[in-house]
Amino acid sequence: MTSHDLVIEAEGLVRRFGRTTALQGVDLSVARGTVLGLLGPNGAGKTTAVRILATLLTADAGYARVCGYDVATHAQQVRQSIGLTGQYASVDEDLTGRQNLVMIARLLDMGGAQSRRRAAELLEWFDLADAADRTAKTYSGGMRRRLDLAASLVGRPEVIFLDEPTTGLDPGKREDMWDVIRSLVADGSTVLLTTQYLDEADALADEITVIDHGRVIAHDTPEGLKRVVGGQTLEVRPSDPSRLEETAAILGAVATAGVVEQPRNGVLSVPVAGDDALPATVARLASAGIGVTELSLHLPSLDEVFFTLTGRTAAHDDTTQHAEVA
Amino acid sequence: MTLDLTTKPRVRPVSGTGPHAVDGASRRPLPLVRHSLTLAKRSLIKTWRTPEALIDVTLQPIIFLVIFVYIFGGAVSGSTSGYLQYLLPGILAQTIAQGAIAIGVNLNTDLEKGIFDRFRSLPIARSAPLVGAVIGDVARYVIVTVSTLATGYVMGFRIHTNLAQAIAGCLLAVLFALSLSWVSVFVGMKVRTSGAVQGIMFLIVMPLSFASNVFVPTSSLPGWMQGFVNVNPLTHLVAAMRGLFQGDPLGNHVWWTLAWCAGFVAVFLPLAMRAYRRKV
Repeated sequence: MTSHDLVIEAEGLVRRFGRTTALQGVDLSVARGTVLGLLGPNGAGKTTAVRILATLLTADAGYARVCGYDVATHAQQVRQSIGLTGQYASVDEDLTGRQNLVMIARLLDMGGAQSRRRAAELLEWFDLADAADRTAKTYSGGMRRRLDLAASLVGRPEVIFLDEPTTGLDPGKREDMWDVIRSLVADGSTVLLTTQYLDEADALADEITVIDHGRVIAHDTPEGLKRVVGGQTLEVRPSDPSRLEETAAILGAVATAGVVEQPRNGVLSVPVAGDDALPATVARLASAGIGVTELSLHLPSLDEVFFTLTGRTAAHDDTTQHAEVA
Repeated sequence: MTLDLTTKPRVRPVSGTGPHAVDGASRRPLPLVRHSLTLAKRSLIKTWRTPEALIDVTLQPIIFLVIFVYIFGGAVSGSTSGYLQYLLPGILAQTIAQGAIAIGVNLNTDLEKGIFDRFRSLPIARSAPLVGAVIGDVARYVIVTVSTLATGYVMGFRIHTNLAQAIAGCLLAVLFALSLSWVSVFVGMKVRTSGAVQGIMFLIVMPLSFASNVFVPTSSLPGWMQGFVNVNPLTHLVAAMRGLFQGDPLGNHVWWTLAWCAGFVAVFLPLAMRAYRRKV
């Protein structure tokens, strides 16, 4: 990859807020037409990094370029090319959905008719046409997110920053949002997405940068990262606790490594690989006549990723800082 | 969510010629004016949607006129009708000055919301959101003027000059409020809570409106206070309006008022902008 193809490039970004250092030298790079997942817990510095790249904040040290323009010296040019969807939906609640979008279009120097057309097109696309003339105050959380994303797409930006686009959405709406993001990428947009969920980064990103306490602690493809932190885990709870042994034997046969663990009382878990593990397990359990009350397949949680990468639990600033002191 | 692929937005090519292209902002003249007007329209829509936020510019002048004219009129000027003629320009000046407090309060709360992040991420003039909000408030000042004059008319107030002069007087009051609102915007950018903005602005506007010629003639005040009253911008505004409404001698009051307006804008507009840029 030549640097020519990098739409977002940042080196050594540092940002302090009073005594706290939100970013302590972060490097990021995103190639044209790809999605970078910026993965990290609350307070890791994800939002700070996005705000610097979107010209809302200045860095205390380091530099960043978006579409070849320095964010510090050519902010106005950067703003021509970006769309930002914040963690908190940045729409005007007293305006209707349509008025919000028309206002943005007018601010982007579109004519009146063109603005109304663009607004209608986006409202339609984001399934907000029926609610278009209601004030955003009356929208549900999911609708507000969609309106917010629509607002950031009014000018057809090349680069889209999505700061935790699915936090707080229920699972169905989350998948809808994923579909929207995928179609934006299919159209050629470059996306920087922050998230607290490995499965979200895995589902959408071409590359994942993991940050913690304002530092990059890993950068890899989703596959590479999963090789490091472990793949999927299958969890089973047999409805009859006395058949735990038999269940363990079946799981041992489908597992990648033969270690069957019991994370909680009455629940067995094994690492598995590939999509066949789940149907294979279901088939074997059925033929053995073992009923289950719980059966799930999941990627490591952020906590587990962090435990693997850093040797300590991800979390909440206070506890980790104490851990560092100790 | 259904995805209709036929209407989905297409990302413009890198060298784009679309409305978001690099030369977009300079393609049409006067971007600050256009963007500010677009944002002023936003303020107007919000004002229209929340009429309860207009109490300070609708009911307050009515209540003040009724209270002051009927309670103090007899004592201050011997007759309520004579006092009404004297007091109305003063009440208009006082309420329009107080009306300028709201913008600082509103912008202070607005800044906490994401919509300002949106504005800052757009390729528009940085000052447009503030200028737009100030322009949008003209509607409030026009409402104060109409509300005060209409109430006054019902109570018996009459213009003794001509229509042109009366309109000039109203415009002067609106211009004064617009200029003063930059003080409010500055305080709104500097102070942490909207309650504090309200408190500070009240402390500024209150002495201006009472230590003035709004309620009583300057000559009835103690000499040491007359010094302040004679430079008080509100005194000049009220004297100018009395001249333009009643035909009282105008003197240099119009010019003094305009000078104060220019001063407010020259000092507080840049200060407010600087504070806004620093606000994260």
